[in-house]
Amino acid sequence: MSMTNGPETAGPETAAPIGRALEPAKTVAPMIQIEGVSKWYGPIQVLKTCTTRVEKGEVVVVCGPSGSGKSTLIKTVNGLEVFQQGRITVDGIPVGDPKTDLPKLRARVGMVFQHFELFPHLKIIENLRLAQMKVLGRSFEEANAKGLKLLDRVGIKMHADKYPGQLSGGQQQRVAIARALAMDPIAMLFDEPTSALDPEMINEVLDVMVALAKEGMTMMVVTHEMGFARKVANRVVFMDAGEIVEDAPTDTFFGSPRSERAQAFLSKILSH
Amino acid sequence: MNYHWNWAIFWEPSPEGWGSYADMLMSGLYWTLATSIAAWIMALVLGVIVGVLRTMPYRIPAAFAYAYVELFRNIPLLVQMFLWFFVMPELVPEDFGRWLKQMPNAPFYTAVISLGFFTSARVAEQVRAGVDALPRGQRMAGTALGLTLTQVYRYVLMPMVFRIILPPLTSEFLNCIKNSSVALTIGLMELTARARSMQEFSFQVFEAFTAATLLYVAINLVVTFGMRWLEKSVAVPGYIGSSRT
Repeated sequence: MSMTNGPETAGPETAAPIGRALEPAKTVAPMIQIEGVSKWYGPIQVLKTCTTRVEKGEVVVVCGPSGSGKSTLIKTVNGLEVFQQGRITVDGIPVGDPKTDLPKLRARVGMVFQHFELFPHLKIIENLRLAQMKVLGRSFEEANAKGLKLLDRVGIKMHADKYPGQLSGGQQQRVAIARALAMDPIAMLFDEPTSALDPEMINEVLDVMVALAKEGMTMMVVTHEMGFARKVANRVVFMDAGEIVEDAPTDTFFGSPRSERAQAFLSKILSH
Repeated sequence: MNYHWNWAIFWEPSPEGWGSYADMLMSGLYWTLATSIAAWIMALVLGVIVGVLRTMPYRIPAAFAYAYVELFRNIPLLVQMFLWFFVMPELVPEDFGRWLKQMPNAPFYTAVISLGFFTSARVAEQVRAGVDALPRGQRMAGTALGLTLTQVYRYVLMPMVFRIILPPLTSEFLNCIKNSSVALTIGLMELTARARSMQEFSFQVFEAFTAATLLYVAINLVVTFGMRWLEKSVAVPGYIGSSRT
């Protein structure tokens, strides 16, 4: 793996980018650990003993053909999808444990969806305030200030008082990212964040994600954007038919993929 | 047809000993409004609860809600009123049954309860359809932000559900008003009952029922316009199907 952490006793992570740099590396445990996870819909097995991890500050891209279980896998990480076998921990907290306070855990893990899923009846700024106030118990002023700051960061501040339906897809997705960031997440999950966008809007969203990755956010990203993967991913996880077929550092994955299925997939999507 | 028209009949004293025939109809209108508004409030409260339960990811409440809806919407309203009014007091302990039968305004309470339950089953179906009409991702997005299930319904789903189902709810409210006339069979002197007794006392059948018809149309138009105004004022800008852009 590509993380170049110093010795774990050395205090600050030397390799971690700004934002994380001052936090001590208290453990070597990965931020997200997925161990032998299997899931069935009735008789159909959609996840087959999947094992992977995302280290703190790492960006992992999950790719693969449609129906390979990528979206299902990423949704198991914050408990949006249940799984029948295996173990997932986020920051050391077991997701599948019935004793785990899932809403509390989810509040710490940001998620961005393919179809944005902004709340249409709330203004943009209200979308950003809602969970801050109702889940984290922040005051209106605090939530509002935080919301405006993040809207400014994704370049949507001037639309704060509009409704989601009045924004373009790319703008809506940037708002969705800001909404997730407003919760001060320890990690971000992206489920095909650009798949529902018109081509000319893809880059404005990817730019926000690249900036986020460079700041050291821990990210797990399901995407078909191989350019994004090459640019910021530390590792690429390739899935096919519910299995993790390949889990390799980005250069290795694009340079010399081991499995035939990954080779076939890459030759199809990189042919143009 | 040899009919003696007499539109002045409304100002003649009614044989009931007080007021005119017009007063009689107004008293009927009052009971129609009281019954249908009380039943509608009951139907909204119960219907929203039952409809939401049907969409919850819990099997037992959902099954209960399903049984509730099928029970109250599959028995004719008239039969339900008879069951509540004539049968129920016989099934409960004798003293309680006697108290029920002697209660003042018993037809009113019975009408509200039976019409309320009947309409609530229909409201519950509208609510369920509204929740199902929302994209599944909305629930997920709320959940992923750390909102509890109750908060997801309260802040994310229901505000949109109410907007979506306002037009069909208008129809249900109108049905509720019109269905209140069934209560004349258990002795509630609402608008239709009053029109009928006016006809029996005065033999002016056309005048009596013309007045009742116009009054029903007037109430329903008020409701229709009121609901349309409500639809417009809560419309979400930019949302598909909303009138504001």
